Amino acid sequence: MQVKVFVTPRKGILDPQGRAVEQSLKSLGFKGASSVKIGKYIVFDVDAATAGAARAEVRRMCEQLLANPLIEDYTFEVEGE
Amino acid sequence: MSDRPAGLPGEPAVDLAQAHAHGLSDQEFRAIEQLLGRTPTFTELGVFSVMWSEHCSYKSSRKHLRTLPQQGELVVQGPGENAGAIDVGDGWAAVFKIESHNHPSFVEPYQGAATGVGGILRDIFTMGARPIASMDSLKFGAFDHPRTRYLLGGVVGGIGGYGNCVGVPTVAGEVMFDAAYNGNILVNAFCLGLARAGELMSARARGAGNPLLYVGSATGRDGIHGASLLASAEFDASSEAKRPTVQVGDPFTEKLLIEACLEAAKTGAIVAIQDMGAAGLTSSSSEMAARGKLGVELDLDKVPLREPGLTPYEILLSESQERMLIVAERGREAELKAIFDKWDLHAVVIGEVIEDRRWRVRWRGQVVADIPVGALADEAPLYDRAQKPPAKVRQAPVRRAIANPEPRDALRALLDSPNAASKRWVFRQYDSIVQSNTVAGPGSDAAVLRIKRSRRGIALKVDSNPRACALDPYLGTIGVVVESARNVACAGARPGGITNCLNYGNPERPEIMWQFAEGVRGLADAARALGVPVVSGNVSFYNETEGRAIPPTPAIAMLGVFADVSAHMKQYFARPGDAIALVSTAKPSLAASEYEALFGADGAALAPIDLAREKALIEALVAGAERRLIRSAHDVSEGGLAVAISEACFNPQATLGADVDLAAHGLTGAVELFGEGASTVVISVADHDMEGASRLFAARSLGFRVIGRVTQQARLMLRPLIDEDLEELRAIYENALPRRLAGHD
Amino acid sequence: MKWGVVRFPGSLDDNDAVWALAEVMGQEASILWHKDESLGGAECVMLPGGFSYGDYLRTGAIARFSPIMKSIEKFAADGGLVIGTCNGFQILCEAHLLPGALTRNRTLSFICERVHVRVENARTPFTRAMRQGDVLTLPIKHGEGLYVAPENELREMEERGQVLLRYVDAGGRESDAANPNGSMRAIAGVANERFNVFGLMPHPEHAVEEMLGGTDGRKIFQSILESLR
Repeated sequence: MQVKVFVTPRKGILDPQGRAVEQSLKSLGFKGASSVKIGKYIVFDVDAATAGAARAEVRRMCEQLLANPLIEDYTFEVEGE
Repeated sequence: MSDRPAGLPGEPAVDLAQAHAHGLSDQEFRAIEQLLGRTPTFTELGVFSVMWSEHCSYKSSRKHLRTLPQQGELVVQGPGENAGAIDVGDGWAAVFKIESHNHPSFVEPYQGAATGVGGILRDIFTMGARPIASMDSLKFGAFDHPRTRYLLGGVVGGIGGYGNCVGVPTVAGEVMFDAAYNGNILVNAFCLGLARAGELMSARARGAGNPLLYVGSATGRDGIHGASLLASAEFDASSEAKRPTVQVGDPFTEKLLIEACLEAAKTGAIVAIQDMGAAGLTSSSSEMAARGKLGVELDLDKVPLREPGLTPYEILLSESQERMLIVAERGREAELKAIFDKWDLHAVVIGEVIEDRRWRVRWRGQVVADIPVGALADEAPLYDRAQKPPAKVRQAPVRRAIANPEPRDALRALLDSPNAASKRWVFRQYDSIVQSNTVAGPGSDAAVLRIKRSRRGIALKVDSNPRACALDPYLGTIGVVVESARNVACAGARPGGITNCLNYGNPERPEIMWQFAEGVRGLADAARALGVPVVSGNVSFYNETEGRAIPPTPAIAMLGVFADVSAHMKQYFARPGDAIALVSTAKPSLAASEYEALFGADGAALAPIDLAREKALIEALVAGAERRLIRSAHDVSEGGLAVAISEACFNPQATLGADVDLAAHGLTGAVELFGEGASTVVISVADHDMEGASRLFAARSLGFRVIGRVTQQARLMLRPLIDEDLEELRAIYENALPRRLAGHD
Repeated sequence: MKWGVVRFPGSLDDNDAVWALAEVMGQEASILWHKDESLGGAECVMLPGGFSYGDYLRTGAIARFSPIMKSIEKFAADGGLVIGTCNGFQILCEAHLLPGALTRNRTLSFICERVHVRVENARTPFTRAMRQGDVLTLPIKHGEGLYVAPENELREMEERGQVLLRYVDAGGRESDAANPNGSMRAIAGVANERFNVFGLMPHPEHAVEEMLGGTDGRKIFQSILESLR
């Protein structure tokens, strides 16, 4: 199954990249843009019997490696859900 | 003899139109047909298009470059291999070279600059030398040109991003902003490596039957036609669309590659090695074969690919980064592979050296290319292009009304001008201390590196002066060579070797070819007079946009040698009470100066250069350092004498001051205060060393004038014209770039 | 005294650390390859600076799973001394041997320069050769040195004296300008609760020779030496 993981800076953590991009957008004329966060998008395939099993495994991957819970939030989608 | 290569299904027909599309001329296409005895296949046409491109073949420049002095008693390796090398003592060889990556950096500044750094690093460690330092010479358009900030940020980011991650300190460089580069920026990357003399690797294939081992990253579609397309053609409005052909670098892989290659070099199982740079697999295999007067056979099915479906054309022309080609001793492939496996890098046998002097490539059981080796290397076209000097040999400088500012206002404006101001905004993005060898880093006249477990050391400087070269391509180039030599001498090192990056416009235009020939002539004359060999270099042509060429921009990187690096000199004053003295070899001029750029020209000519006196000044400085008679030495450059004295007061511990009597020494005119060109060095000397120091210069018939004293109080007193708070001036100098780049301009 | 300096793929200041310890300070120092599990009898383990694994995913995120880290975790649990500089500090945080995390500099750019740090707690194995309030000049060179931790945890760390080094100006005063990367509370280096693991962003191994710019780094290595005598 295909998995898509989105990792973003935790609320409250300084995100200087997000801020810089927001300023750039505004100075380009996109005044309506706000709350920009820069994160990571990780795509991969996972071998699992059920979507539920896949979700459990992906959650463990996120907790262990793909995100640092101290400074990052994560969400993910498992294909077919 | 040889199988007739097959064309592949789906390939376009090979004809004159196809040849033109590949950047080859009518004569070149006919020459190819003659060399092969038939029409080339599409794959072969692609191969010729890159190997015969200006960037790879040096067809317009080779004839002139042969006039450069390449010999010297310290030369360990002259031009002909991947980089040059100088003996720096205690059994060490300094391996160094400079290369351009101008066009890719204009198209994609971060990756263009990054891969420029990566490429020159590989030219160094392919010789078996560990890269220990980098420098860069950068030219951008006018500071307020709409693209400049973007290009500056991208290029500096790329140099830092790659250099920092690969663990080679960036210890020096130069940055210039001038409208002349609005359409063509210049990024020249230099690298220095150290190897034990006698352990340098070669790129000359030997031994028919020896396997070819491909190591490093997998091959993808990066940069296909980079060499022929980007480096050998001007920009026009469609250049933005060429973005996909820029190579993408991975400094982490390069770091692994450095460690693996240096480890592999120690085994003795490497017969020859070359990096896959421009035209990747093609150039590395054909050049190694040509040097060894042998041939090679390649099996493209064995090449590690990043994605499936690459055609032979793409595999052969790919400029994917971080790859090397090794000629291994037969039977020792496994030994080498084990090393590359340890560092998680591909290592695959993809062919072998053959006796027959042919370059033969197989793919899926067919021969897709079969070319005489010489045709790709030695028998590449060699042109003696037409030269045409302009109506006046020395371009008359534009006479514009001079603004005639008050000296204090001129000084402030110069300290605030991006070309003269502190470049800290740039160099603090570079790791300048990794490898623990940096004695003096960015911000010095020359970088100084120590060699561990030895008293020896090395000084590095890269210089250029396009404004002077625009006025007189010959004299301007001599000035650049002299300035770079003088800068390493100001650090206390003896000039030992030159590598050059020659950046010019379209050589098919006679006026440009004349500029180039004059530049090479100036480089040759100056190098010869100073006794410094030119051991390596690079030529970048076609730096033009819509028919407007850059000014002639030869960049000279000078390597200096210390017998005892602890005797190096700093550029800033150290002790209040020390005497401030000036040594000059000629009168300065406002021609080509930053003052002229800001305030207008008085039509002055370039300052003349007496090479014998320049050599004497260099020797006096080196002797002064070795005998520890000189406390500090600072070369006068952008902004002239007033700026140089100010900079000398910017001691990193605390700002010092200077009390100078301009009137008594006839230094009150704008020319004397702000002129550039003629060699002038600001020296500080302790009273008890005064006799010895002055004799150094008097003995060589060089004037030595004590013009003032270093003071504790941080005031710049250039009597009677200037009396300024140096902390204030220092703030202007340090803030010039940051304030502009924070959008506060 | 025996020191072990860990080498990951992409480590850069490992050789500099061995040079500083062995050549300059006369110690027995060797490289520990990340795939090995043996610490070679080291009495102090150092995780050096660099770009281990190219800083892929997050700086230190992949290195923390190297085989040698299991041995280092056990070594630390048994009270062994561990010091991590720059990338080493980042790896120790990812491995949860130290609290907090290092994030991107607030200026978004890599910064290489000499900074001043003040010793906040001189009663640890890493700082005992100095006095509280001493100001050291040490080089930094990093793109991700902004230290963060949850506010309540920071308060507890301060109370316990786990903040060992703080960025200050030449006169020893805290200020925004003196904080090069925006670290919370201008934190430059922290220890664990047991005070046997220390992480700092500055590079003491690059401040051991006068000719290269200063010798304040020696004081940290000297402290470790004294505590193991």
